[in-house]
Amino acid sequence: MSTQRVVVDPITRIEGHLRIEAMLDDRKVIKDAMSTGTMWRGIEIILQGRDPRDAWAFTERICGVCTTVHALASVRCVENALGIKVPENAEIIRNIMFLTQYVQDHVIHFYHLHALDWVDVVSALKADPAATAALAQKVSPHWPLASAGYFSDVAATLKKFVESGQLGLFQNAYWGHPAYKLPPEANLMAVAHYLEALRWQKEIIKIHTIFGGKNPHPNYLVGGMPCAIDLNSDNAINMERLNLVRDLINGAITIIEQLYLPDLLAIASFYLEWAAIGGGLGNYMAYGDVPQNGIGDASKFRFPRGIILNKNLAEVLPVDPTDAQQIAEEIAHSWYDYPGGQTALHPFDGVTQPHYTGPRPPYENLDENGKYSWLKAPRWKGTAMEVGPLARVLIGYASGRPEFKEVVTEALGRLGAPPAALFSTLGRTAARGLESRLAVYWLKEEYEHLVTNLKAGINLTADTSKWDPSTWPAEAKGFGFTEAPRGSLGHWVHIKEGKIANYQAVVPSTWNASPKDGKGQHGAYEAALLGTPMADPKQPVEILRTIHSFDPCLACASHVVGPDGRTLATVTVR
Amino acid sequence: MEKALTRPTTYELLRAHGVDRRSFLKFCTMMAAAMGLDATAVGKVVEALEKKPRIPVLWLHGLECTCCSESFIRSSHPIAQDVVLNMISLDLDDTLQAAAGFQVEEIRKRIMKEYPGKYILAVEGNAPTKDGGVYCTVGGQTFLDMLRETAENAMAVVAWGSCASNGCVQAAHPNPTGAMPVHKLIHGKPVINVPGCPPIGEVMTGVITYILTFDRLPELDRIGRPKMFYGQRLHDKCYRRSFFDAGQFVEAWDDEGARKGWCLYKMGCRGPSTYNSCATFKWNNGVSWPIGSGHGCIGCSEANFWDNGPFYQRLSAVPLPGVESTPDQIGKTAAVVAGVGVAAHFGSFLVRRALGARKADGEGHSSGERE
Repeated sequence: MSTQRVVVDPITRIEGHLRIEAMLDDRKVIKDAMSTGTMWRGIEIILQGRDPRDAWAFTERICGVCTTVHALASVRCVENALGIKVPENAEIIRNIMFLTQYVQDHVIHFYHLHALDWVDVVSALKADPAATAALAQKVSPHWPLASAGYFSDVAATLKKFVESGQLGLFQNAYWGHPAYKLPPEANLMAVAHYLEALRWQKEIIKIHTIFGGKNPHPNYLVGGMPCAIDLNSDNAINMERLNLVRDLINGAITIIEQLYLPDLLAIASFYLEWAAIGGGLGNYMAYGDVPQNGIGDASKFRFPRGIILNKNLAEVLPVDPTDAQQIAEEIAHSWYDYPGGQTALHPFDGVTQPHYTGPRPPYENLDENGKYSWLKAPRWKGTAMEVGPLARVLIGYASGRPEFKEVVTEALGRLGAPPAALFSTLGRTAARGLESRLAVYWLKEEYEHLVTNLKAGINLTADTSKWDPSTWPAEAKGFGFTEAPRGSLGHWVHIKEGKIANYQAVVPSTWNASPKDGKGQHGAYEAALLGTPMADPKQPVEILRTIHSFDPCLACASHVVGPDGRTLATVTVR
Repeated sequence: MEKALTRPTTYELLRAHGVDRRSFLKFCTMMAAAMGLDATAVGKVVEALEKKPRIPVLWLHGLECTCCSESFIRSSHPIAQDVVLNMISLDLDDTLQAAAGFQVEEIRKRIMKEYPGKYILAVEGNAPTKDGGVYCTVGGQTFLDMLRETAENAMAVVAWGSCASNGCVQAAHPNPTGAMPVHKLIHGKPVINVPGCPPIGEVMTGVITYILTFDRLPELDRIGRPKMFYGQRLHDKCYRRSFFDAGQFVEAWDDEGARKGWCLYKMGCRGPSTYNSCATFKWNNGVSWPIGSGHGCIGCSEANFWDNGPFYQRLSAVPLPGVESTPDQIGKTAAVVAGVGVAAHFGSFLVRRALGARKADGEGHSSGERE
């Protein structure tokens, strides 16, 4: 049997640098795949010896797309190490910023990173504006921008852009590929909404600016949040600021309910065959988040914690990320060394040396039997897991949470699909929309909770009792986590004499994009590609669909910690 | 280039998109104002956008976190859509590109060949130089190589953000990958440094539109930053400056001073050593900025800001303008004036009371500062 090797590098419309190599059989079906993170920055090495109160700012720069989530995991791990309990208002403000990030990031992913896998921009040129208006009004009856005139303007914009001969970001793509199934009117509607979503994303994110001073990279604080609240001050969170937050949340509800979800379901209905492609591992994990009774009480998280194995929705297993026996990172196919030839280490003991053994660039291919990625391979009790929106939605659904049941059942009903359809590329993409719907209403509830506290005269935003390093123990270890938009994120810190002795992050895209482990188990991306038929290997639309359904974030994924502050890479270029 | 001349101008495109001339002129006026130009310059903006074809831009990504791209799409005037569809031809940008894999590489090669000396290279992130550059590869090629190759025929290089301008987080001690900013790797080309982690969205679109509008690069300071955006110290433009001058400081998070919006100098604010536009433009269409939301500036647009001491350790000895005094000395002096007579540093409550007493006594500001 002949093998054809398809290389897609760079995978675009993601964060960071990802390479996929897929091996096709003679029917052009993917029989093996390799996911490679092609960048490494060494931020955890840089953190050693620093003030732990500064760590949030360094780790936040792990990623500017998932901005906020590393800062949140970082302040939580330092607070966990030092025994700090943040005031309730700080927790609520963090929840508000967290949920804002979800809503904004998921909408950007759908329209600007993922949609072009399903939407043929060039086909939109053939659309009839009046028919498009009729379609749009049917898909979302309350969305105001749906007149024939509006779509006529969008079509004219698109036409002139294409006729200019300068196609910019849209040139040399896969337009006209048989995998594109939408009628021209649906394509034009999606192009119009691509532009609407681009305008809107910069509005909702102002919630970060209000509480964190800027976005990307808003400010956090160990012990609480830096934005003081004073309803009698024009220089703190006051009525004017709260009104802006409230208005932005209401605007977001409109976008999720009247733009994102209707578009998602409309587009999905044309691609139901993708509900049987791209399922992958079938193992799902979530640490859970959005605490309602402090970060220590996982039973009160809005996103529940748990594990689902082998697509078994009848059972949700417990996960304890602080348990050294449960989570470890392997390096059998990663460009690192562990001392003494060890093969797997828990994050608290994370000791790694980068050791590049790949081909000297420029290269054509990597070797699937050797080391081939800057990502390590995290495993739960030795098993590869998928994390992210699908994992969270399935765990919420399987945990019997009524709000999860409701959104899942409604969406499946509208698509006429069974629950098993969720284990797929389409299911992953749909889950992101469904949890955005949950998130935007939770956002409103968190805002109302904050107002209730203020009504009761509760204004505190920071606990500074352990701000001064002289109050810290000589040595402390802490674990912090969050459910980043892309999945479970854990930070581990070891503080000694007031400084960071060791810091490690195990990141969602490391779980999902990981290479094979010592047992040859694929990571989630690799597993999801297996069995996918490709129409034309030179136009890898199918690979992009499944990989984008995970929303890759590679700057997050590649990281490493050294045993001391002076770890040097050893490199063997063959 | 013949090809370049046949391209429609921004004005033609806007007209074709249904924008009438009146709206176009309004847009030009707004853009001129956004760039801090007076009314006489509006005509130039109009002319530029009417007559010029769109310049190709190749936007490369090295070691970075993509916060610059995110900031770029947060720009409110002009919005990213206008820049990308109507002003430039953004031919290459991994973050938003429809094509992937070798098709992307084809685009880069084509633009380099067809537009020699006529395209702008925008760089987000920087290049790892250690170990032959293996810490960042794209399409099997090192980013270091790709950067040098793409810069070769570029008209100018725009170094987005602190990564490209001065190294940023991956270049912080001990810089494990040997990450180096663009200006240390590319020579003999104009390099515009637009630092910040990230830079403000309107600063990014402002730099691009300045080049398109005036057909020249903006005036740069001695370290390559556009003077129009990096010419002033935050501390000199800060709306909390009066509290610094009055000796009213936040002493602890969420204290009375924090709620009243007093000066964050003692909480480590880097405003006194940072040059950026945050205090004037603010962030996300003027909603707020770090100091405005209660956290000190971390100096993210300054070289080596990650290694300039812990963020919450206050800068030592920031002198007051025109006087040889520091905030602590003001405190002492004020206390002496009020007759409290404590030599050592003391808390803000006493300072405040002392200053209050001084003002009540009708003491001039300067007399209290000169010991």
